[in-house]
Amino acid sequence: MSAGMLASINDDLEVVVLAQAVLYGTPLLFAALGELLAERSGVLNLGVEGMMLFGAAVGYWATLRVHGSDASVLVLAVGAAGLAGAAMAAIHAFLTVTLRASQIVSGLALTIFAGGLGLSAYFGNELHLADHPASHEFGSIDVFGLKDVAVLGPVLFNQSALVYASWVLTLAVGLYLARTRWGLNVRAVGEAPASADAMGINVTLYRYVHVLLGGALAGVGGACYSLLITPGWVAGDTLVNGAGWIAIALVIFAFWRAELCLVGAYLFGGLSALPFALQAHGVTVTPELLQSLPYAMTVVVLVLVSTAFAKRRLGAPAALGRPYAREER
Amino acid sequence: MVGITKSFPGVLANDDVSFEAAAGEVHALLGENGAGKTTLSNILTGLYRPDEGQIELYGELVNFHSPRDALDAGICMVHQHFRLVEPFTVAENVVLGDHRGEGRRFFVHPPSVERRVAELGRSYRLAVRPGARIWQLSVGEQQRIEILKALYREARILIMDEPTAVLTPQEADDLFGTLRAMADEGKTVIFISHKLHEVKAVADRVTVLRGGRTVGTVNAGDATLRSLAALMVGREIQESRRVERPRSTSDLRLLEVDGLVIEGDRGGPAVKDVSLAIREGEIVGVAGVAGNGQRELTEAICGLRDAVEGQIRVGGRRLASGDVRDAIRAGVAFVPEDRLGTGLVPSLSVTSNVALKSYRRSPFSRGPLLALGRMREAALQLIRRYDVQTPGPETPVRNLSGGNLQKLVLGREFESDPLVLVVAQPTRGLDVGAIETVHAYLREAATKGMAILLVSEDLDEIRALADRILVMYEGELVGELEGATADVEEIGYLMAGGHREPESPQERSGMT
Repeated sequence: MSAGMLASINDDLEVVVLAQAVLYGTPLLFAALGELLAERSGVLNLGVEGMMLFGAAVGYWATLRVHGSDASVLVLAVGAAGLAGAAMAAIHAFLTVTLRASQIVSGLALTIFAGGLGLSAYFGNELHLADHPASHEFGSIDVFGLKDVAVLGPVLFNQSALVYASWVLTLAVGLYLARTRWGLNVRAVGEAPASADAMGINVTLYRYVHVLLGGALAGVGGACYSLLITPGWVAGDTLVNGAGWIAIALVIFAFWRAELCLVGAYLFGGLSALPFALQAHGVTVTPELLQSLPYAMTVVVLVLVSTAFAKRRLGAPAALGRPYAREER
Repeated sequence: MVGITKSFPGVLANDDVSFEAAAGEVHALLGENGAGKTTLSNILTGLYRPDEGQIELYGELVNFHSPRDALDAGICMVHQHFRLVEPFTVAENVVLGDHRGEGRRFFVHPPSVERRVAELGRSYRLAVRPGARIWQLSVGEQQRIEILKALYREARILIMDEPTAVLTPQEADDLFGTLRAMADEGKTVIFISHKLHEVKAVADRVTVLRGGRTVGTVNAGDATLRSLAALMVGREIQESRRVERPRSTSDLRLLEVDGLVIEGDRGGPAVKDVSLAIREGEIVGVAGVAGNGQRELTEAICGLRDAVEGQIRVGGRRLASGDVRDAIRAGVAFVPEDRLGTGLVPSLSVTSNVALKSYRRSPFSRGPLLALGRMREAALQLIRRYDVQTPGPETPVRNLSGGNLQKLVLGREFESDPLVLVVAQPTRGLDVGAIETVHAYLREAATKGMAILLVSEDLDEIRALADRILVMYEGELVGELEGATADVEEIGYLMAGGHREPESPQERSGMT
């Protein structure tokens, strides 16, 4: 075997790993962008994991229920997953915005309620989702005709529609927050709700809308697992497996900016894909250790950004986690 | 505004208030803290909804459901605490919430907004940097941005709430010039203040509020500082409330404060070189508009706040700065302004609150254990002696009414047999009966020999109780008067910083 051939095999392997990084990063990206919108309006939602699990279950159920072409079924399924996530987020919005309950407690409760031992498990078991093999799943599309470009082609341009959609979404969220009137209002609501209120901005409305949008995107992120990465449904929380928590850490890691969410998502996606790469290279590491890497990384990130220096001007919305009451004196 | 009434839980902030302001005038709303000025303006800007009454604008009845309605009607307010978004640029703050001009565009275009803001600043001679971020600006600059926001929206009515509180005298003069220019253009400026000379300097007409009611409207040109002070603090003098006590003859100075300097919460000195002494059995009242250093002074004496300079002696013994336990040991008792939050623990029982300051010692503790039976007995005794209305000694104190809370705090502090009693706003929010009771307790405490420092914004109260009255203004003691003979107008005049402005002899003779 010549040295050249060996190199090309390794190249292929690395390309596969990079493509996997993008794939595994996609649900994280959807969920993180959703959490970003909610947090920018001043509402912390720790229920991402639960909303993702519920979105995954509902999205998968929709593919079993609806009949039609692959494309139409999948679009409907993603829409259903989004609605499911938004419905869960509505609980959080009502508790924290209208009733001004603690955002942390409400979010944790939501994860437990909607999660792998709660609503999504009940929903999946009642409808016997695990018994049905996947009938529709996202395949890769070569939309740009760039599939065969070296390295970049297979990594970026031989992906599924969900991946492309996440790019469009990143751009849209970034532009929305930075450049539009509504985005300006959202940021004002998250930074200084009393000021926003005095300027005639409806704080309650903005918070509801963005918490719901955040839930919808978390639902779509969940559907990435059941329709794309590991098509199908399994009981418990192994399907999403903590991605919701990583997404929350990701928002902090990205300094509350959409474009950095994308970078972070692929970084964490890469950590998820790393075990396969190492195995292929013949390096044997305990799989449990490798699989825990993204979570260990999450802890490291949280520690780093919690230092006094980082806290000063990281970009955290000033009113994050604080309910707003107008006539409070 | 006609017949505006607004109440908050436990407080009637506005009681049938009416006033009118004309286009092209600077109209001042004058009143002490708590007179209802800010509540009134929050109603006018749609932030609060009135319980009763109506607002007419240019002859038309209006009904504001939210700040946006008021903004659309051309009413803008510059709040005491600015309503700015700190991480945003000046330009972003100006267009925020705007749905008519530049801000109407879906995509905000920063350069064109910044250009518009710069133009506006030039035409009113307000120096601004449109691209700067709010947190980089000084307080005076931030206020200019607030005014610019109103100009940008083409406001017809601009409300300024205590605008000079945060400004240097030079900045204040510039502000007055801007306000005058706006009025000359036909806009209405409503200027809220409790500082007499400012009101006199900038306003065309003055509406005076007291205790949530309108006292009257006068032309600023016809009014004198003294006549305004009289309106503000109240002319009806209730002599009947003063009950004479034999004047203390002791020479024993129980509390001595010498050259005290205390830093305020926002940096800068809140108390500047204050010295005072209170003798055994004497009540000394400190009068002043809230926020002139009284709170810092009481907190320093009780050890809740560090003194930067100067010293405090209680019974001849020097207190360690900022050490509450040392102050308690030396014999300082404190009846704080916030009686439920600072004076008591709301969710603990009456019994626990009674023992709160003395549980460490016998008879309330035996070794590491608390003597619950004795604590309960002491609580029952205190409830009887001070007539505290409570279902029982185990009731959490948050369920008690304001008057009973105050009796409980006073009782606990008296029972500790202090040398010095510091009392802040002891009757705020209490009904007449409870006020009489609290006053009787304070007189009794003085008769027993305590030295009492009474801080109050209620001049009637100070005049009813104090042997001597000290007036505090901007962290300094600016006057001392005899309690029995003090003139309310004189006190009000000093409280509002009147001593700073030399008055002409005609004006003095012009007072009623």
